[in-house]
Amino acid sequence: MPYINLHPDLFGITSLLDFRPEAAAPLCRLTQILLRGPSTLTEAERELIAAHVSSLNECIFCSTAHTEATCLLPGGSETGIEPMQTDLEVLHLSDKMKSLLGIAAKVQKNGNQVTQEDIGKAHLYGATDLEIHDTVLIASLFCLYNRYVDGLATKTPSAPEFYTNLGKRITARGYLMPEDGYHATDYKPK
Amino acid sequence: MPYIDTKNDIAGIRGLMQFRPDVAIALNQLAQVLLADEASLSKRDRELIASFVSSRNDCTFCMTSHGAIAAHLPEGNHELVEAIWKDYKTAPIDDKLKSLLQIAEKVAKGGLHVTPSDIAAAKDKGASDMDIHDTVLIAATFCMFNRYVDGLGATTPDDPGFYEIVGKQRAAEGYLTKSVLVKD
Repeated sequence: MPYINLHPDLFGITSLLDFRPEAAAPLCRLTQILLRGPSTLTEAERELIAAHVSSLNECIFCSTAHTEATCLLPGGSETGIEPMQTDLEVLHLSDKMKSLLGIAAKVQKNGNQVTQEDIGKAHLYGATDLEIHDTVLIASLFCLYNRYVDGLATKTPSAPEFYTNLGKRITARGYLMPEDGYHATDYKPK
Repeated sequence: MPYIDTKNDIAGIRGLMQFRPDVAIALNQLAQVLLADEASLSKRDRELIASFVSSRNDCTFCMTSHGAIAAHLPEGNHELVEAIWKDYKTAPIDDKLKSLLQIAEKVAKGGLHVTPSDIAAAKDKGASDMDIHDTVLIAATFCMFNRYVDGLGATTPDDPGFYEIVGKQRAAEGYLTKSVLVKD
């Protein structure tokens, strides 16, 4: 049961974006730029950062949704990522992505944990300043989303098909708000 | 000095924003909606929540900036801000705001730390669903801003005068205007 009165047919972050559309508009634009805008990081790499931070924050809704999105995007499923997986060692990643996910993992704890040395390592493996910037901001953004979703106890579906549909939606349509608002047409809980 | 070459020497979050202007617009619009536009909670109380969460995340830049903004808003002052940083439970604020700061403190630790009894306590002190929503989202948003600022090593000025200028400008203008500290 969510802590506040949210639309009964909506789940997770969608129920919150529907509750406060004034805040949802800049949040959705920010997410669209960071995860779908022009970047030298692939969409799968950016979704992987989102999924990893969400797993570290133990946010089942975000971790499952962004793992699903990662795996639907080119190059994503080859990493071997699974929902709520926090161990990077078992994933198939480039040294550059390992160093960026290492920075993201420190950001998840606290911004003060990141050191010049962490950044130097990412540079050494070929990460650009813009890639490092976006990694830190994507990790920070998911520290926001995970707290927003769980701090208000939004409904987290357990059915895998919910996340399959959600993953398809965010990879096909992206993150901008639909003009006619959010609908739960693709999923009805049993 | 930030960890990356931002190609400018602007202090704090605005130096990072200058490096990524399209992202900056969305970030400032979010701050505007949550902190400066009309809402169920007063501007002062929302800035106090932002400053308090930043203090719990040890983000000196955000804590001091938003503390100064709160101090420049009606019924705000520096003694109040410092009392909240030190111990909000004994600060001279009403019980409703105390119950909201308790929720914000839990959100800073992690969303799953918030309990039904934290929410019930806030509702009991008169907090509406919108008050609780905005508290959680402001707290979560500063868990983002604090990590962004410190995770990239943004410059944190030592000079109290810097924060006074920021506090005065943002309290009066909100978040969508150009900083008076940034030269063309």
